[in-house]
Amino acid sequence: MPAVVEMLGITKRFAGFTANDAINLVVEKGEIHALLGENGAGKSTLMNILFGLYQPDEGEIRIREQKVQITDPNMANQLGIGMVHQHFMLVDKFTVTENIVLGAEPRKGVKIDIKKAEQEVQDLSDRYGLKVDPRAKISEISVGMQQRVEILKTLYRGAEIIIFDEPTAVLTPQEINELLEIMHNLVAEGKSIIFITHKLKEIMMAADRCTIIRRGKYIDTVSIESTNVDELAAKMVGRHVTFEVQKTQAEPKQAVLEVNDVVVASNRGVDALKGLSLEVRAGEILGIAGIDGNGQSELIEAITGLRKIKSGSILLNGKQIQNRRPREIIESGVGHIPEDRHKRGLVLDYSIGENMVLQTYYKSPFAKAGVLRYNAIYEYARKLIQQFDVRTPSEFTEARALSGGNQQKGIIAREVDRNPDLLIAAQPTRGLDVGAIEFIHQKLIEQRDAGKAVLLLSLELDEILNVSDRIAVIYEGQIVGVVDPKETDHDELGLLMAGGGKERRGAQT
Amino acid sequence: MNSVNSKWNAILVPVLAVILGMLVGALVMLAMGFNPIRGYELVFQGIFGNAYYLGETLRAVTPLIFAGLAVAFAFRTGLFNIGVEGQFIVGQLAAAWVGISWNLPPVIHAIVAVLVAMVAAGLYAGLAGWLKAKLGVHEVITTIMLNYVALFSSNYVIRTFLKGQSEGTEDIQPSASLTSDFFSSIFDGARLNWGLIIALLFTLLMYWLLWKTTVGYELRSVGFNPHASEYAGMNVSKNIVLSMVISGMLAGAGGAVETLGVYGYMVISAGFTGIGFDGIAVALIGANNPFGVVLGALLFGGFSFGADNMQRVEGIPTESIQIVISMVIYFVAASAIIYRLLGVFRRRRREEVQS
Amino acid sequence: MNVADMLITILNGSIIFATPLILAALGGVFSERSGVINIALEGLMVIGAFAAAVVTIWTGETLGVPGWLAPWLGMLAAMVAGILFSLPHAIASINFNANQVVSGVALNFLAAGFALFLVKKLFEGAGQTTTVQNVFTKIAIPGLHEIPIIGPGIFNLYGISYVALILVGVSYYVLYKTPFGLRLRAVGEHPRAADTLGVNVRRMRYMAVMISGALAGMGGSALSVAISSNFQHATVSGHGFMALAAMIFGKWHPVGAMGAALFFGFATALSVSGQVLGLTAYVPSEFLNMLPYLLTILALAGVVGRAEAPHSLGKSYENGSR
Repeated sequence: MPAVVEMLGITKRFAGFTANDAINLVVEKGEIHALLGENGAGKSTLMNILFGLYQPDEGEIRIREQKVQITDPNMANQLGIGMVHQHFMLVDKFTVTENIVLGAEPRKGVKIDIKKAEQEVQDLSDRYGLKVDPRAKISEISVGMQQRVEILKTLYRGAEIIIFDEPTAVLTPQEINELLEIMHNLVAEGKSIIFITHKLKEIMMAADRCTIIRRGKYIDTVSIESTNVDELAAKMVGRHVTFEVQKTQAEPKQAVLEVNDVVVASNRGVDALKGLSLEVRAGEILGIAGIDGNGQSELIEAITGLRKIKSGSILLNGKQIQNRRPREIIESGVGHIPEDRHKRGLVLDYSIGENMVLQTYYKSPFAKAGVLRYNAIYEYARKLIQQFDVRTPSEFTEARALSGGNQQKGIIAREVDRNPDLLIAAQPTRGLDVGAIEFIHQKLIEQRDAGKAVLLLSLELDEILNVSDRIAVIYEGQIVGVVDPKETDHDELGLLMAGGGKERRGAQT
Repeated sequence: MNSVNSKWNAILVPVLAVILGMLVGALVMLAMGFNPIRGYELVFQGIFGNAYYLGETLRAVTPLIFAGLAVAFAFRTGLFNIGVEGQFIVGQLAAAWVGISWNLPPVIHAIVAVLVAMVAAGLYAGLAGWLKAKLGVHEVITTIMLNYVALFSSNYVIRTFLKGQSEGTEDIQPSASLTSDFFSSIFDGARLNWGLIIALLFTLLMYWLLWKTTVGYELRSVGFNPHASEYAGMNVSKNIVLSMVISGMLAGAGGAVETLGVYGYMVISAGFTGIGFDGIAVALIGANNPFGVVLGALLFGGFSFGADNMQRVEGIPTESIQIVISMVIYFVAASAIIYRLLGVFRRRRREEVQS
Repeated sequence: MNVADMLITILNGSIIFATPLILAALGGVFSERSGVINIALEGLMVIGAFAAAVVTIWTGETLGVPGWLAPWLGMLAAMVAGILFSLPHAIASINFNANQVVSGVALNFLAAGFALFLVKKLFEGAGQTTTVQNVFTKIAIPGLHEIPIIGPGIFNLYGISYVALILVGVSYYVLYKTPFGLRLRAVGEHPRAADTLGVNVRRMRYMAVMISGALAGMGGSALSVAISSNFQHATVSGHGFMALAAMIFGKWHPVGAMGAALFFGFATALSVSGQVLGLTAYVPSEFLNMLPYLLTILALAGVVGRAEAPHSLGKSYENGSR
């Protein structure tokens, strides 16, 4: 098979570090080529170079055996390269069609020929079986459909080489299967696909070949037929890893958190939680599985007092805490690792030391009569930085300057050290590398073993399955099933997450 | 290496911004057929030429410090208080009212007048804060609108309740005066008064409040990241209102000082004093740091006052100095332009060293 | 004065006082829809008002251009001046990652300083221009202006007022029906999405800021050669900020902005004609003067509440940034 993409000896340096160091990637026509690497290994940088968003410092790119310089995305589009971005590049307020034709609009006079555009989108959607409504607003369609809009954007521009950047991160197991099928359809039509991921199982299921990079360096390119998950994992991380979390059997005791029939309105005014109930006991980790946007964020905000509830009750150690001020709830024993560490977890302009007392700055010994005692604050910060192995030049360094993993370690240090009875961890490992992920899982289990209640929310099903002692599945603002991680699998969870559980249980009764 | 550079830049950028601003001003003067060197010479003469000029310059700088502190304080909590102008007027009016109508012993009378002015202006600014916190109305718009409301209603109050001989209030009682014979004698009769000392006192107070207390920790945190502050248990709405109230109090104190220290009465005015708007420029030049604000006020007030001398002697319009000031703000805003110039300069120097 | 005459006066006054606000607010819509905060509307109006007054005087009184044409030439000059003065803001905001609010404040100072400097230079040290002789005159639309009340109220306006109303429709069409508008709005919402599809983010933003300069300049010309007939330091005095308020009040939409501007115009007309109609005997004139501003606060607090700004407003965009 002829090569359609050859990236040879690509090097890209940013201020202070080398993101890509002489990387090679050769993609043949009609194959699904996986690009495997940990978070931060340099996959996105490499693909942004191929897509014309960055310029390489060294190296050569050949497309269909022609040497090219891809100066901007326009040129990438002309060369037939399309990209399905991990963070969707969609304008929420626009319709599906407007998003797809943006930059290449069919015209009638000076006006956009919106009828023609919608027809073309409909035709493409039908041809590849994408089932997209051209007139729907992006803000009103599911994540899975948004992703198919991204695919249509590339097809509309006649892409022959399509880059999928971590496409499965936001999908349910069923949607993942559908996506892999779509990818196979595309290849069957003669397209070539670069599939960026850190999920080994999906590579084994879908890809033909796989290129592995680690810390910006090229490691190997292997044929999927002649490899296995363990070998890929070892190449990705650079050591032998099991991905299994070491833990003993949980010994749950009394209920710490009780959520009863809680109804909560979303920002848009509709009910995001529709009578949700759950219980977390001391000494257990309850995992919440679900597709993004089914009420997870609202659930956490309701428990932590960031959002008012309309009805129902929330009890912590038997005492009602619903609709209390966040500070009261924090002081009554709730720790919270927020899902968006930049938005909620840290004041990035404060030093990491100042961030360590974000909830406790007004208490002794950090303040006396309203006056801050910086000595005590920084002494405390030094202690936490050491205990939790936060890699920072000093406690005076701005939080902004730390890596994602170390920012997250800082937050975990702060939340765990306050010694809360209930620890809420929302997507605590998102975007981190394997080392940091292992560290964080270990800390959560330590808390459990110390008799704390842990509520874990994650969109990564493997994380839920590996870390939790019980799994509750959330769907459209309700818990639709509670299962034992040892007795369930991706398929069952996926069905529940897609709302399939209700009908099934309905059929049984 | 990097941190050393950034410390240097924190000083270098404003200094270069001032130099570039003056350069642009010089070009404008030159293009209009004026001699910029003579112009700047006259400006400096207008500031430092004699004791009286210097005293009057510091007199002009005083309200700018208050206004600059007010704007900077709100900025620190992420709020843009364009309403300092109106709050300043409210402070002027309240101080005039207390100064005329109340009977108190000297010194105490003046202090009470300043405090009442601060409370009045603080509440007035707090209204905008409350509208923002509770109803989500953008503070930029409400404070602009409230400026006009303050202007017209103070005119109404003066005309109806405090009318003196001419188009203004009566004179305040001597017991409420902040004028200083001491400063006046040093500076050859200039109207420099105790207000300057109060302004410097508030500068220190603002620094202490923002960086040394839990209140300041919260206010700055809310300014940097309201979401994280809310998550950490801080009351964001309360901090927004509080920040506007304190900002307004600083503005109000400025207004009080202007009434009690300089004029001794308040006039009915068709338009704004401009001091509140100048405060925006002062705060920006001072990088919203209280000590920076003092420097910014010295620069702004000095230039503006000295410009009169330039227009008087050579007929060069005072507006050329406004152009200088605007370009200083511009270069502070687009400091990347200066960084780029610095970068080019440093690279060239390094190459020279290497070759 | 009977009720019908009062209605006509207020209706006509509303549209006329709204004219500069409509134009400048439209300018604000273009700029902010593309993601660039434009607090410099005030300064752009100042420059426009100045340029229009000077060029109208120069062409009409020195060059002898026909009286009806001179104010139109003034308006064109105002647009050009507005575009030129919007450029520093564009450069700082788009290329140099400047704080857009601060840059706008700087431009407001610059424009006021520059315009008055030139006035002093051109008019021998005076603080204002001479009186403009050839200002916009009211044009009655044949037929329509004979409709009772509405006719003399709406169909008897300055030429520039008609232009402003027409431009509302044009702006709507451009922003919502053309590829240019789609791209402009995309750049303000999600610049990276637009960038990945080959839309030149910086170019779109430059165009938007320059259009806002032209429109705000035009708004300024409505002040100096229609509503008043000279340029001095108080000619604009806050109209740019009112236009900014109208834009936000109108939720960054051309028609909404026009509605808000008409509302302000109405409040102004009420206060102005209130004095003429003898209302001041009952209500102090200060309260009538305050009316537009108080009504704005009340309206924003009561009716509108939280308006949704373009998503990437005020955020600069680096090519290839994440």
